[in-house]
Amino acid sequence: MSLWLPEHTEERIRSKPALRDDTKFASAKIAFFQYLAVGVFLFLIAGFWTLQVRDRESYKEAAERNRIKFVPLLAPRGKILDRDGRVIVDNRSSYSLMLARDHLRPQHIRPIALGLSLDPDQLEARVERFRSRPKYENIFIKNEITQGEVAFVEAHRDPDSFPELELIRAQRRLYPQNGLAAHVIGYVGEISEAELNLPEFIKYDQGAVIGKAGLERQYNDQLMGVDGQKQVVVDNHGTVRQALGIKEAIPGKNLQLTLDLDLQVVAELAMENRVGAVVALDPRNGEVLAMVSTPAYDPNKFASRIRAADWNELRNNPENPLLNRAIQAQFAPGSTFKPIVALAGLESGAIDENFKAHCPGGASFYGHYFACYLKGGHGTVDLHKGITQSCDVYFYNVGNRTGIDNIAKYADMAGLGHKTGIDLPNEMAGVVPSSEWKMRNFRQKWYAGETISVAIGQGALTVTPMQLAYAIGGLAMGGVWYPPHLVKDPDRMEKPRIGKIDPANAQKVVYGMYGVVNEAGGTGGRARLPGVSVCGKTGSAQRMSREAAKTSLGHKMKDNAWFVAFAPCEAPEITVAVLWEGAGVHGQFAAPIARDVIKAYFDKKARQARDRLVAEIKRAQPRFGPVAPQAPSQP
Amino acid sequence: MARYRSIRDLDWALLISTLIICAMGILQIYSATRDTKYDDAWWKQALWVLVGLLVMWIAAQIDYHTLLGQAFVLYFLSIACLAVVLVIGTTRFGGRRWIGYGSFHLQVSEFVKTVIILLVARYLTELKTDRAEGRDLLKLGGLVAVPMLLVMKQPDLGTALTYLPILAVGILLAGLRWQYVAVIGVVLLLVVPLGWRYGLKDYQKARLVTFLDPGRDPQGTGYQVIQSKIAVGAGQMWGRGVTKGTQTQYGFLPVPHTDFIFSAFAEEHGFFGVAWMLGFYFVLLMQIVQNAQMAPDRSGMYLCMGVGALLLFHILVNIGMVVGSMPVTGIPLPLMSYGGSSILSFFLMLGLVNSVRLGRFVT
Repeated sequence: MSLWLPEHTEERIRSKPALRDDTKFASAKIAFFQYLAVGVFLFLIAGFWTLQVRDRESYKEAAERNRIKFVPLLAPRGKILDRDGRVIVDNRSSYSLMLARDHLRPQHIRPIALGLSLDPDQLEARVERFRSRPKYENIFIKNEITQGEVAFVEAHRDPDSFPELELIRAQRRLYPQNGLAAHVIGYVGEISEAELNLPEFIKYDQGAVIGKAGLERQYNDQLMGVDGQKQVVVDNHGTVRQALGIKEAIPGKNLQLTLDLDLQVVAELAMENRVGAVVALDPRNGEVLAMVSTPAYDPNKFASRIRAADWNELRNNPENPLLNRAIQAQFAPGSTFKPIVALAGLESGAIDENFKAHCPGGASFYGHYFACYLKGGHGTVDLHKGITQSCDVYFYNVGNRTGIDNIAKYADMAGLGHKTGIDLPNEMAGVVPSSEWKMRNFRQKWYAGETISVAIGQGALTVTPMQLAYAIGGLAMGGVWYPPHLVKDPDRMEKPRIGKIDPANAQKVVYGMYGVVNEAGGTGGRARLPGVSVCGKTGSAQRMSREAAKTSLGHKMKDNAWFVAFAPCEAPEITVAVLWEGAGVHGQFAAPIARDVIKAYFDKKARQARDRLVAEIKRAQPRFGPVAPQAPSQP
Repeated sequence: MARYRSIRDLDWALLISTLIICAMGILQIYSATRDTKYDDAWWKQALWVLVGLLVMWIAAQIDYHTLLGQAFVLYFLSIACLAVVLVIGTTRFGGRRWIGYGSFHLQVSEFVKTVIILLVARYLTELKTDRAEGRDLLKLGGLVAVPMLLVMKQPDLGTALTYLPILAVGILLAGLRWQYVAVIGVVLLLVVPLGWRYGLKDYQKARLVTFLDPGRDPQGTGYQVIQSKIAVGAGQMWGRGVTKGTQTQYGFLPVPHTDFIFSAFAEEHGFFGVAWMLGFYFVLLMQIVQNAQMAPDRSGMYLCMGVGALLLFHILVNIGMVVGSMPVTGIPLPLMSYGGSSILSFFLMLGLVNSVRLGRFVT
């Protein structure tokens, strides 16, 4: 083995005085090693002190967060029911997909987006927006996922692929097909970045599905339940090992409407392929029985997130399906305004029921010639005939005598020029011009000539179909206006506004409106109904000045047709306002739409009365039921 | 060979601390592998400890000079074995480190530690001087470097590095001049960047980077450190109780029965348990050092100090890793971590230490 011995050993032994085979020579170095060991152990124990004693709380919390997962239990939205309890808007269960951000790896975002047919850039941007939020807040990446996508998620949830994917059971809104009552109901959608900052939605977080329009928005807080949470212990594969606690979701409250599906369907069918709106109110309490705006849209397309193509189609449609014409279309009411003018004339004393005017087919006021729609003229016209035959010249005279400010006073009393306060978002107020209105908005004094146009419902005057139904309904009630509403709220029964008018004057106007439908020469004969006394008023209004109508756009801007009706005349139960945009020469066919709705109302009432009677008879005389056959008597 | 030996002369303090550490290790393995595919590990470990005690007893009976005499033979045998492992060894956990048949595998590099200790002790004893020269360092360094390189090739940087403290402590005890130490320092400063550039695998670099900044990649290599620190911190003062640590039980802690066993222990036994356990390790280490001080000759002293240096290095690197003070190298905690090769290897060394101790009582 000497080959492997250190070299020159012999020399070294010779050069050194003696070989000492003891361990004393190294004792200082061994002591140094001992100090080193003490140092190492102190270093280690200090590490444990820091983690286990000094910073213990944060690490304990981290351990809890590691193993305890909060699985959201999404509360279903309340259903929406019609006045008879029939379901208009329902829910059906679906799956939503979340990204668990504490497990998220940036390089997974793209493959996940591709697997779920999402835009990878958008998803990345979405993740980026959450950068500053706490890690345990998850991102909703897709609602309403399909079977194929569920399979994709299930196949990739193992820790080696995409453990950040998380499926959540959710409820999806199910709206009626074909856009039935779409504008009334509105739609839901995922809360947008902008909406997160609105005070209206302050209590909702990202990913929440909120009402975006219509009743869904108006009653969002009531319809939305409170999401629950399941607290579970999971291992590092995300497998649930133990359930710790559960906070059940509180479902949203159902919303019962005043709307009657039977009337709604009739009104929608009547408006098919027409642009416009129908509003049916119960003037005795302000309940909205039907509200239609056409063209409609399919709210189901909004139910989770609307596709960009669908959205653009809705946005760019020239007929603007998103507009709820019943409360947002503001047009000149035309002749349907004449009952208000007549009332203003009678109440202000400018005319009495015997006031007569001669209609030769037109008349001059303040240097301008104003034509009557009937070129041949109406001859001598009194109040009743003026309303019944809708003589323009008669009302030019009434308006001229009454003055703009009296007209404005009674229009204002009838609720025109204000929002009716219906429980829907974004209602429009319309315009009732007056001398004060003109001074305020244009800094100009009112010219008496302008009154002439307003007297036949033209000029600056605009109303919504809802306002018209409300105004005429209150007039029919003798000056009692019940604020319209779609949801019965016993806690907040709004008191009617009672106008200071002489019921006798209202009676005279109503009598005129009876004539419109039921007398020879009346303009609204098409609204006549056997067995029910219908009162009404036709209207036709230009959408722009005659000069503009002659330009290239003119053919698109045909006159709007209006019809407003109520029945029965003596004790009204239903008021209907119909707006048919661009009806042109077919304006007379607005009346049958109102008639159909009124007919549906009274047919249903008769049916219910019959059913009640049958039930009552059955209850009172049970022996009318099936009788057991008697055994033949034995001789 | 008329040596007086009796049970009474064994190092009882060393033996008792060893047994306590092993017992706590088995308990912790049981707790950490419940309901996993390793749930038989705890009794296998107990079996290994029993075999280890037998090995220790036999090693204590053998005169360590006999083994020292065969140091060079064992050295060449080791190199041959390591070479064989590289060629026909079993690949597990990303390294070709094991040799064996069926389900029985031995990690050769663990036993090479003992051989390195014997080699260093033999070489330095043969110097027969109080002052080791630079050329001795180079020669001994060269001898140690061969198995080191073979182990690094497996690749197993962690185990390869454990050979260095044996060499370092030995050569310093042998009286290397401070000038040489300074030169080594300068050379290391030059070599480390080069080693970083060419010598390290990507995962090794990643581990070092992670050590310096664990938050940088929380899902990758930093994950282990972060989860280990959470486990340790969650243990707080008194621990969460055996089988009650959520980090350990729910699989957040990586390999809680081998490399990160002390992390699992810290979670379930708290700072209180950690202090006691470190105390036992300290007693064990100090007993080994005491045996070195009282060794009958230099070879015995070098032998004991080699074992001590190796043990201290293992404790520093493994437990330091658990609290995030050391990079993740994947070396086991002596006597606690699950693994037959490691257990047998350390019991063999402790047997040698006892053999040195018993040498004092030679009549």
